[in-house]
Amino acid sequence: MGAVTNLSSMRSEANRGEQITGRLLRSFEPKFRVSHLNFYYGAVQALHDISLAIPQNQITALIGPSGCGKSTFLRTLNRMSETIRHTRVEGEILLGDEDIFSMDLVTLRRRVGMVFQKPNPFPKTIFDNVAYGLRVNGGYRGAALADAVEASLRRAALWDEVKDQLGKSALALSGGQQQRLCIARALAVNPEVLLLDEPCSALDPIATAKIEDLMFTLKEYCTILIVTHSMQQAARVSTHTGFFLLGKLIEFNETDILFKKPLRKETEDYITGRFG
Amino acid sequence: MRHFEERLDELRKRLLEMSGLVESAIYRSVHALVEKDENLAHQVLENESRVNQMEIEIDDMAVRLLALEQPVATDLRFITSAIKINNDLERMGDLAVSIAERALNLMHEAPVNALVDIPYMANLVESMVRKSLDAFVKKDSDLARSVLISDDAVDDLRNGIYNEMVRFMEENPQRIPPALNLIFVARSLERIADHATNIAEDVLFLVEGIDVRHHAETRT
Repeated sequence: MGAVTNLSSMRSEANRGEQITGRLLRSFEPKFRVSHLNFYYGAVQALHDISLAIPQNQITALIGPSGCGKSTFLRTLNRMSETIRHTRVEGEILLGDEDIFSMDLVTLRRRVGMVFQKPNPFPKTIFDNVAYGLRVNGGYRGAALADAVEASLRRAALWDEVKDQLGKSALALSGGQQQRLCIARALAVNPEVLLLDEPCSALDPIATAKIEDLMFTLKEYCTILIVTHSMQQAARVSTHTGFFLLGKLIEFNETDILFKKPLRKETEDYITGRFG
Repeated sequence: MRHFEERLDELRKRLLEMSGLVESAIYRSVHALVEKDENLAHQVLENESRVNQMEIEIDDMAVRLLALEQPVATDLRFITSAIKINNDLERMGDLAVSIAERALNLMHEAPVNALVDIPYMANLVESMVRKSLDAFVKKDSDLARSVLISDDAVDDLRNGIYNEMVRFMEENPQRIPPALNLIFVARSLERIADHATNIAEDVLFLVEGIDVRHHAETRT
């Protein structure tokens, strides 16, 4: 079998979540199905004909050198990229069976939450950070609100550290705690998908390990996508990995295959540092 | 060349040095037996400690690379294969020593008929060893596959020698000591072939990323 030459057809099979024989992708239930996605910043095309399926309740890592389009791709999934002027998007993205481009933006972003590289808590109390979305979105009040805040902080593995100081400013927390607070805030509205854009790059190894452990427990509740510059992190946390280069998706594979025996030479060169 | 690639290259060179030592130990032990050359047998015994020392050094280099460089893909497969090949080479070195010891035991015994098959078996085993190591050096998976095919022939030869030696001992109990020595030689050669097979399997993992051990994936 021409493993490499057939990659695009195998990928389209993978997009339908079908069984592919041999060492290629096993079947999975797709959460997102992306078809022929192109993205432009003005005249510059940042994403070229991206087609792939993102497995539900799994952790998918997106790797590639700076400027390869992985963050742009991540941000198209909850239409954050549209917030930048003069951008244009083509192609189709289905969340479940729904076209995200015809969905209400507020609904989409509630269903597809996002956490950024730099922790960005609101300048409010710890409690209010998590309660914010619940008040706006869910109409929670009183004891129900307090319970929901506690549940989110527990899911984000932060409750034990902050339960006695919920009224303190979120800005007083450490970087790692702030990032987990942002995750708790995102989780509060029960998203189906969590997009993490380099969530650990500003954190030390201990805080990083906590976030990574957290991801393993969170995938029970939601589908996770993480953009990371750390290949070790991608290898440690993800079940599937997509490798982007110059705006193209070069390879999408199960993580252990991608790091043991990638199908494409470009992937091999990048992950072994023989790139360029 | 990047620092990491230089370290990988050093590991490769040390492993080749070790394989050279072991190949020559096997060659010498067999020729010590067939040609009744006491000197060759002693050389094998003297070299054993070098092989053991190199095994430790190579393991240390490989573990250090794993710990410090966190290699992936081809580099990861190379280093894990190197650790396994290193272990196989050391065991082959031990078996060569065992053959050399039997050769010394047999030095003053009259030749036995079965020796006709022992050199033949030794030739086949030496060629498997050489091919498996060549396959490693050249990352040649076809050559590695050719080693896997030879393994059954070696097993058959060993069984033939066993049966012949049993008959030989039944005919004349006086011949039990030399016959036992030759049975041990045949067994050592067969085990060397098993280690060559292991190396060939490691080469397939290194080159193609597949695991053919115990028919986990098809060998052809």
